[in-house]
Amino acid sequence: MFEAIAFYLFAFLTTLMFFITVTTSQALYALTALAAGMIFISAFFFILGADFLGAIQIVVYSGAVMALYAFGMMFFDTTREVKEKHGNKYIVAGMSIIAAVLVVVIFAAPMLSDNITAFYPMTEGVGNTQDVGMVLFTKYLVPFEVAAIMLLVAMISGIVLAGKKMDLSLTLYSTAEIKDMKKDQDKKVLS
Amino acid sequence: MMEIGLNHYLILSTILFAIGLIGVMRRKNLLLLFFATEILLNSVNIAFAAISHYYGDLTGQMFAFFVIAIAASEVAVGLGLLIVWHKRHGNIDLDSLATMKG
Amino acid sequence: MEKYLYIALFAPLVSSLFAALFTATPKKTFVGITASLLIFSAFVSSFILLTHILDGGAPVHVEMMTWMATGNLYIPFGFIVDQVSVTMMMVVTLVSTIVHIYSIGYMDHDKGFNRFFSYLSAFVFSMMILVMSDNFAGLFIGWEGVGLCSWLLIGFWFHKDIATWAANEAFIMNRIADLGMLIGIFLIYWNTGTLQYEQAFAAMPALDGETLTWIGIFLFIGAMGKSAQFPLHTWLADAMEGPTPVSALIHAATMVTAGVYLVVRSNELYDLIPHVGLFIASLGAFVALFAASMALVNRDMKRIIAYSTLSQLGYMFVAAGLGAYWVALFHLMAHAFFKALLFLGAGNVMHAMHDELDPFKMGGLKKPMKWTFIMMTLASVALAGIYPLAGFFSKDLILEVSMIEHHYIIYSVLLFTAGLTAFYSFRLVALIFHGEERHKLFGIDPHEAYKFMLIGMSPLLILAIIAGSFKMTYFEMVTQLLPATEYHIHSAVTYWIMTIGTQIFVLMAIAFAYKKYANAKVTVPDGTSKMENSFAYKVLINQYYIPYAYEEYIVKPYRELSTIFWKQVDMKIVDATVDGIAGVLYSTGENTRDMQSGNLSTMLKWMVAGTVAMLSLAVVFGLAARHSDEIRTILSGLGVM
Repeated sequence: MFEAIAFYLFAFLTTLMFFITVTTSQALYALTALAAGMIFISAFFFILGADFLGAIQIVVYSGAVMALYAFGMMFFDTTREVKEKHGNKYIVAGMSIIAAVLVVVIFAAPMLSDNITAFYPMTEGVGNTQDVGMVLFTKYLVPFEVAAIMLLVAMISGIVLAGKKMDLSLTLYSTAEIKDMKKDQDKKVLS
Repeated sequence: MMEIGLNHYLILSTILFAIGLIGVMRRKNLLLLFFATEILLNSVNIAFAAISHYYGDLTGQMFAFFVIAIAASEVAVGLGLLIVWHKRHGNIDLDSLATMKG
Repeated sequence: MEKYLYIALFAPLVSSLFAALFTATPKKTFVGITASLLIFSAFVSSFILLTHILDGGAPVHVEMMTWMATGNLYIPFGFIVDQVSVTMMMVVTLVSTIVHIYSIGYMDHDKGFNRFFSYLSAFVFSMMILVMSDNFAGLFIGWEGVGLCSWLLIGFWFHKDIATWAANEAFIMNRIADLGMLIGIFLIYWNTGTLQYEQAFAAMPALDGETLTWIGIFLFIGAMGKSAQFPLHTWLADAMEGPTPVSALIHAATMVTAGVYLVVRSNELYDLIPHVGLFIASLGAFVALFAASMALVNRDMKRIIAYSTLSQLGYMFVAAGLGAYWVALFHLMAHAFFKALLFLGAGNVMHAMHDELDPFKMGGLKKPMKWTFIMMTLASVALAGIYPLAGFFSKDLILEVSMIEHHYIIYSVLLFTAGLTAFYSFRLVALIFHGEERHKLFGIDPHEAYKFMLIGMSPLLILAIIAGSFKMTYFEMVTQLLPATEYHIHSAVTYWIMTIGTQIFVLMAIAFAYKKYANAKVTVPDGTSKMENSFAYKVLINQYYIPYAYEEYIVKPYRELSTIFWKQVDMKIVDATVDGIAGVLYSTGENTRDMQSGNLSTMLKWMVAGTVAMLSLAVVFGLAARHSDEIRTILSGLGVM
């Protein structure tokens, strides 16, 4: 009973929030709606008993990713209204609806034949976090490590792409040499 | 109606996915396009978690976990590239981005 | 013995290929000498084979290799030297050798000297294949080969429009007739299952009369084209555009006799269908008279001789049609000699008169050109059929045949034609060699031909005189293969009246010709005399307006039809379709180019569209897999699976 109420409530809210995200012309509203939607999705995870996942969703998505987007928005000065030229909205809506219907049909079909067996069954008695930890660090260890490296790469790329004075190497040249090189460049431009 | 089954979650996931598609096709501002991409990823996460719950299989949650990790790194790199583009061109409107024409 | 067969067959080919090496270089005399020597070796081989056959030897039959062996069809490259073919081989190689030697002198100043010998030898090779082949397919190969070489040689001076036109006319007319011949060959194969002469003719008595009649008719249509019978005769007179040695070889002695050879070779067939034979004979008689009438008034020296050839071909077909095959072959042989001699003499005159062809512009040439005068006169005497020269024995024999077979109409036509033949032959001789020297008015100073050319022509002269004496030897040899009907008129009185009467008639015609044309009062006609404006003259000199009719009613509509097919059908429909397909592909590319607009939003929309498409496919296939049994039932109900 509670489950049904919770499901429908959060479903409605999530849909509303995401709808606002894709249709509003104000970038700030879009960002806010997206953040709210993330939180509501984590509610779903808690309903489904995936506690660890829900916590991760709040921390990573609503915390880190949204913060990143907020900083990006400040950089691009998108607080003013976004002027957009839109294409034919019927095609857009039509295709999306058709895609949705088809996906449902595809998923409904195998569900009617119910002979799917679990690969990594949930163990009784332990909490979800413990269970996830057990599978993650034994069966999924390699993807875990690879994901760690990927995050490292993303971090470095973020620094290199967005930082100032990032086109010259700070380890190969000292700061004074960089200053001299810059002066030579300016001289060439002026003469 | 009262008993929430797997189908309910899957339909919800599909609806959110369709909303994400609408956003992807509609948005002309690159940053807002990224927002729509986030919606797509999240809807898929819901589906994974739902299937994992109803079949008692932890594989779905694992997948969702990795999807979150990937989404985070994608945002970082994507925003970095966006910043470089903005420095060069001054705006991030999609329609002015047609250097790969033809 | 086989090696002589191969020498006779392939020496002309070697000669042709050898001369072909030099076609791009200026005239080299040794090319002509080598070619003549090789053809002479073919002649010697044929002579050896002739002595072998005369001594009672068996016909030499070789199968060189298999050409086609597919299913039930077996066609070898086979050659046979029997009595009929050895006669033809002798005629062909002898006249070819003499023509080659003559051409060394005649084509002396021509730039295409080497090319000429290549073509000439190629022609001899094709003719040898034609007469030596032992099946209808080989005959057809030779048939087409002589047609091709004739086209090459008539159009030898290809920069002259009229020569190329004449060559095309000859080739196309031959092709039309070849269609008939091909149908005949197909019918033979279809009904007898083989194309070899022996087996085909052995199987023919078992066929029904209607089939045999059709085969005979179609084969004769092919002969009509090659031997220029009416209505496919116009090409022969126009073929005189080629050099004179070509006319001597092809249009007197060899190619045009190929039709007669075909009928003689197929004698077993034509014996079974005597009504077709009667038609052939009647057509031959008609052509004889028809051609002789056109030669009466013509003012082109070579054309007169060409019409004479046509007329004599008519005689040969009369003999063949009436079943006297050995007589036809004998006349073919004798005719080859004196007609080739006439043509070569005419070549001498042409060279002396700087290619002038109108005999009215010549005259009194017997003084500067003594030997040519003697040769042409004797050849004309032989042509007229005066005893004891060769023509008498062959032509009078044909007259006897028609009398014995009770075809009196044919007999009277042939008799009248004999008189006409004598008249126009001696008209020509008188105009050229007797009377006033009209050529002086045109400032031409004639001289005799080279000595070696005259010496080369002399064997023909000798044979034209003595060939009659070969009759009995020839008869005994050839009737081992051909039906041996002897033609004797039972009553001696009738015989002597016939013979003497014919001779007197012919001599009177000769005297009349001399009286009219050998006197000093002959002038060059300039279109004002009464005779020239008479209706009969106009009809004859325009060749009964047949070439004009062909041009107006056949050539012009056909050209219109071809233009329509070209412009309307080919360019508008076929070309348009092909271009249309290309255009569709091109415009598809152009229009789908917009997909690559570089606009990310559009590309994202296309991505979604593609995803939708693939999802639909997944749904459809999934449903099909799920309900495959029901689908199978439905399809089998419809009768598909």
